Amino acid sequence: MSAPSDVGQVARLHARWHWSEIAFWILTIACAFLFPSRFLIMTDIVRLALFALSLDLILGYAGIVSLGHAAFFGVGAYCAGLLSLHGIINEPVIALIVAGLAATLIGFLTSFLVIRGVDLTRLMVTLGIALLLEALAERFSNITGGTDGLQGIEMQPILGVFAFDMFGKVGFFYSLAVLFALFLLARRIVHSPFGLSLRAIKNNPLRAAAIGVPVNRRLIAVYTLAAFYAGIAGALFTQTTALASLDVFSFERSADLMLVLVIGGTGYLYGGLIGAVVFKMLQEFFSSLTPQYWQFWIGLVLVVIVLLGRDRLHRWALWLPNLIVKQFGGAKSVVAVSESDAP
Amino acid sequence: MFVSKKLLSRTAAGMAAAGVLALAAALSPASAQESVKIGLILPMTGGQASTGKQIDNAIKLYMQQHGDTVAGKKIEVILKDDAALPDNTKRLAQELIVNDKVNVIAGFGVTPAALAAAPLATQGKIPEVVMAAGTSIITERSPYIVRTSFTLAQSSTIIADWAVKNGIKKVATLTSDYAPGNDALNFFKEHFTAGGGEIVEEVKVPLANPDFAPFLQRMKDAKPDAMFVFVPAGQGGNFMKQYAERGLDKSGIKVIGPGDVTDDDLLNNMGDAVLGTVTAHIYSAAHPSAMNKEFVAAYKKAFGSRPGFMAVSGYDGINLIYEALKKTGGKTEGDALVEAMKGMKWESPRGPISIDPETRDIVQNVYIRKVEKADGELYNVEFQTFEAVKDSGKTKK
Repeated sequence: MSAPSDVGQVARLHARWHWSEIAFWILTIACAFLFPSRFLIMTDIVRLALFALSLDLILGYAGIVSLGHAAFFGVGAYCAGLLSLHGIINEPVIALIVAGLAATLIGFLTSFLVIRGVDLTRLMVTLGIALLLEALAERFSNITGGTDGLQGIEMQPILGVFAFDMFGKVGFFYSLAVLFALFLLARRIVHSPFGLSLRAIKNNPLRAAAIGVPVNRRLIAVYTLAAFYAGIAGALFTQTTALASLDVFSFERSADLMLVLVIGGTGYLYGGLIGAVVFKMLQEFFSSLTPQYWQFWIGLVLVVIVLLGRDRLHRWALWLPNLIVKQFGGAKSVVAVSESDAP
Repeated sequence: MFVSKKLLSRTAAGMAAAGVLALAAALSPASAQESVKIGLILPMTGGQASTGKQIDNAIKLYMQQHGDTVAGKKIEVILKDDAALPDNTKRLAQELIVNDKVNVIAGFGVTPAALAAAPLATQGKIPEVVMAAGTSIITERSPYIVRTSFTLAQSSTIIADWAVKNGIKKVATLTSDYAPGNDALNFFKEHFTAGGGEIVEEVKVPLANPDFAPFLQRMKDAKPDAMFVFVPAGQGGNFMKQYAERGLDKSGIKVIGPGDVTDDDLLNNMGDAVLGTVTAHIYSAAHPSAMNKEFVAAYKKAFGSRPGFMAVSGYDGINLIYEALKKTGGKTEGDALVEAMKGMKWESPRGPISIDPETRDIVQNVYIRKVEKADGELYNVEFQTFEAVKDSGKTKK
């Protein structure tokens, strides 16, 4: 057991920016210039990444499993849509924050239900909440537009300057900026004492309580925070597509999100981001190959991923980059994967 | 936990690098060719998959029969699956227009999908041929939209007039709660009540969760002369099954409605409960014309099933594109194509049809049909024809 000061030092060390993280973000921005004709799918990926980041906060750091995360996504999406449709708040950034706060409120209220149970109960409760909201949205179709969705949403320019264009360029940079800002916030939070206490709770709630961590309050806080993130992701969806229909609440959306984290891994923030890229690319690749049966191939790939284990896949994926790194930096600077990197 | 953090972030960077390489490989732009490209966006997966499959089949059949070259240009169809989700439709339409440089976008299984693509059609000056979605407003959303399917107003007003004339006084309605369902209900109600009929019960069923049982009980209790039913094509089988299970077929409450509920695609498996159902619709596989007999035979031979009205809409849609290209002499400019499509008249398997030059919507015969058994199979047998019916659902100017 290391002394408290050592723990603090290690924590600080790990909170520092690693060169690979900087490289990751530079690459992300480079994508925008490499593929100027694919802004829409890249926006899609960024939205999904933000949404996955939200689930990672509760799943990877606090150990709360959720099959109904689309609930908050949907609240954010409808909120942003309604605000713009009725001209209540025309400025997208403010509307985005308001929509996020609406989702936060729902997240806070439902968090009391979620912390009551353990894994299986939580799955059911979260799933139930999402289904409930979906049914409500369907019932009040005079407000939500029902299955047809909100029609005629027209987005005003961001900050009154940048108008959304047909090719999705503005939408992409807008989404990316939001993702980056919220990523920084999440990064700060998980490396704070609050974030560390969450990890303690995840590892052993009883022991965490014994050393004086207020378990329930921490869980409520992080669940509410995750709801905010999901709400923002939903609002981004509505703002960049000018659409919001019942499928924002759909079970598939929550389930896909789990898959994203299965692919990317949890508990290090980049899992959702990488998972979103891989998941969307797989989807795009298979659905243009075989528009009718692509779901079969996606399923197959997921089964293979789970069977092989992420570690082994990481090593394979890193074979080429390692080769390049070796040429420049010698064997020492190899991008390695530890056998024990299970988060 | 702490030790692995560094390694993990390295993994992150490595994965990102690998990801970019993969992305570069997957996203390489399509090379430009001297051909006419048609971007076909259809729901090939999910609840509306049967619509997509029929249209896709029909287009393949048409291209087999008519070759893939028109006016010296090679026709290339790029099929994309949107799973009937409008955000997918929009993204796919945009990518087809910008990256694949398609000359026409076509398909569109549901109304929200067709509407989502409308602004792109306008901005890109690309004709949008709607082959399925049936809400009246669609063609008003862009001057580049041309429709070859039908509108709910066309069939619903006709069946309402027929019901009034045939002594049906009290009707209960059951419609799917989305734009086409509401169109069907409103146009039926307008014509039926104007003719002196009475609506005794009005039920809207969620589109996504078609359990009709509780709604059917309410229908039964209301004791109408007939029930007016609109459910999207794929749900007709399920509806009829529950209709029979609840014993409504024996209670003397007949089903009337637009023909979606007795779509040829599923009709033959619905059982005898469906016998006697009277619907107004644009196409029946039993339509007695030489052209249709040939079409049905060819479709059955190629795909092993009966073509429904979605298949015919797809077949006519691709024919419209072919004919327009012939007329422009292979010119693919959007305005010229739409101009060529306006007012075009031809003989379809469903009967004579044309494109209204003012609304770019389809003008076609609507047939009153009754489900009967012929050669051991169930068919919608047409017994009355309303000729050249226009869409009456357009905004009054």
